[in-house]
Amino acid sequence: MDYSSILSSAIGELISPTTAAYALAALGLAVHFGYSGLLNFGQAGFMAVGAYGFAISTLTFGVPFFVGLLIAVVASAVFALVLGIPTLRLRADYLAIVTIAAAEIVRYLVTTSGWTAVTGSANGLADFEDGFYSMNPFPEGSYLGMNNRDFFIRVVGWGLVVVCCVLIWLLMRSPWGRVLKGIREDENAVRSLGKNVYAYKMQALIIGGSLGALAGMVFTLPRGAVQPSNYGTELTFFLWTCLLLGGMATVLGPVIGAMMFWVVLSLTQGVLTGLIESGAVTWLSTIQAGQLRYILVGIALMLLMIFRPQGVFGNKKELAFA
Amino acid sequence: MGAFFAALIATLLVAAPSAQATTPSPSPSPQNFQNNISGFLRDDARAPIPGVRITAKGEGFEGTATSGASGSWTIGVPKKGTYEVQLDESTLPEGIKLAEGQENPRNVVFGETSTQTTIFAFGKGIVVQQGDFVQDLTNRLVAGLSFGLLLALAAVGLSLIFGTTGLTNFAHGEMVTLGAVLVFGFNAVGLPFWLAIILALVGGGLFGYAQDTGLWKPLRRRGTGLVPMMIVSIGLALAVRYIIQFNFGGATQQLPGAQSAEIQLGPISISPNNLWSLIISAAVITLIGIVLLKTRLGKATRAVADNPALAAASGIDVDGVIRIVWIVGGVLASLGGILWAYYRPGVTFDMGSQILLLIFAGVTLGGLGTVFGALIGSVVVGLFTELTTVFGAPADLKYVIPLGVMIVVLLFRPQGILGRRERVG
Repeated sequence: MDYSSILSSAIGELISPTTAAYALAALGLAVHFGYSGLLNFGQAGFMAVGAYGFAISTLTFGVPFFVGLLIAVVASAVFALVLGIPTLRLRADYLAIVTIAAAEIVRYLVTTSGWTAVTGSANGLADFEDGFYSMNPFPEGSYLGMNNRDFFIRVVGWGLVVVCCVLIWLLMRSPWGRVLKGIREDENAVRSLGKNVYAYKMQALIIGGSLGALAGMVFTLPRGAVQPSNYGTELTFFLWTCLLLGGMATVLGPVIGAMMFWVVLSLTQGVLTGLIESGAVTWLSTIQAGQLRYILVGIALMLLMIFRPQGVFGNKKELAFA
Repeated sequence: MGAFFAALIATLLVAAPSAQATTPSPSPSPQNFQNNISGFLRDDARAPIPGVRITAKGEGFEGTATSGASGSWTIGVPKKGTYEVQLDESTLPEGIKLAEGQENPRNVVFGETSTQTTIFAFGKGIVVQQGDFVQDLTNRLVAGLSFGLLLALAAVGLSLIFGTTGLTNFAHGEMVTLGAVLVFGFNAVGLPFWLAIILALVGGGLFGYAQDTGLWKPLRRRGTGLVPMMIVSIGLALAVRYIIQFNFGGATQQLPGAQSAEIQLGPISISPNNLWSLIISAAVITLIGIVLLKTRLGKATRAVADNPALAAASGIDVDGVIRIVWIVGGVLASLGGILWAYYRPGVTFDMGSQILLLIFAGVTLGGLGTVFGALIGSVVVGLFTELTTVFGAPADLKYVIPLGVMIVVLLFRPQGILGRRERVG
């Protein structure tokens, strides 16, 4: 078994743009659930809105990169408004069901063949990343073993993660953040202090959703393609696993959680494939090894929730549920 | 907890060896590559189209496949990349053409997964069939009723579980899948069909029982909140879904007698499978209704759903009632899964999670926790799903409309059709 390549690909996952995208989206979930107590099971939908908002505005309307970015974020804010209006007054599990349903509606809408000209249907869209890479300040060459394009997307992705983490950290220690945490602890108490709980929840939903939209763009740019099958409900559940792994009411928790998620996935895949190829494991095919990893993800999610709901870094007092 | 997982895995492994031993490869894929491009060819009446040649070119590789009897095709490719996939239109059967706007050849780009699916949509081509609108409407009405009632089987179980324990169970979709997969597995080892169905229903009940005893009851004892339990059920759903895929594979399989010609029943043309599905689910739901309304057990169940503490104080064995609710819920979900396998038609590892949201929509529409609401809500969802295509909505959006309707209903009547105001919170 080639330990060094297994290890190096696992370390590569630490800084991969996909990990950055997961970290951003999980940070959005932390704003929703960890800080505000909103059960958003549709983060994949926010990511899809961001990715498609950017890709469609670039390809169909030919707008420059930053306008596309703005459109993506605005689209996700509108999506949050549409979701929030019917559900934020209701009990938490209604929001869960509505968000997961809305995310699936988005996925079906971009998959339908009626709008192939705009959405590319099941095949998705491609070739919208030129505007992004044309801003690449790094000349061609090798940077830490990566070419300048790979290096640029990592710098931007992780730069975005850092900026968003700082912003969320500042927001959460501001008076606004304290009200939000108050809503999480006792909605009625905050309401009796004269705060508009509904408005605060809506703002939190929009902020977390915008992070999801940014995550969708970071997720899709290095691939050069956006496909509806990537934005199914399982993506949301993996994001929840990242969030709960790191700790839900922390800023760094979701980031570390995303890193741990991908490193562990990469390590198990490497080790299992190595064992199968060396003949030590014969009861497993390489395809089944991939499935075994996701069985472990599911079991890990259950065990985390049961035995350490605050995650690795979290504080048990700061749980969104008693 | 360990005992639970052991039981869970043991239950699922029952189906495993058989499924692996007899699973025919869905279509010839001579090279054993890790990555696949695959798809299903179905005409607009959802019948599979066999014998169509498809080629994939790219990354210095060229592969061909012919669609199998179930319409499925798979081309193994050496690495993830961009491939040009072309469907040989001269091999299509007469009267079937690619639908308008379908790219051919098209580029398929791999994402994270090792399997990339591309779907070719078909139309009738030159043969323009102008169906009678009224005829079409009645046919869809019956099909929608049949679909709605099979949804109701799962939804009633979900609603009973929600009513008695407060749990929103995201793993209910996997309970649906399990029923169909077990029938396929038992049938593949050579058991007679009727025995396979009985064993699958027993298996579904056991799964429900094992879940309650091994997982949910200890969690209730610990006083775990409802939201953590909901997330635990998501973890369970992921784990069980991939355990099923681990043993069953990613292919679509057919249960015996899945293909059947439509028969004419007065003004309605319906496939015998759909008709049976309609009769069976209607009968089972009536039975459940009678049990709930007329028997001591039913009364106890409704009492627990209404107020567990008061029920316990009145001498009702709350844990016993919940255990029975889980067992019944498992059996009903299994039955729904078997019927769903005939309705689609086909058995896959994710067939249950495909309709999980529709089940949720049915339960929410009817009112969370009300059994008869779940029934009405599911029938509404089933009818909406089938009827929208009659009124011109594209067929690939037919699951969107019921979900949209659910969101709109929540806006105006959050407690659902039969729900009570106080439950909304």
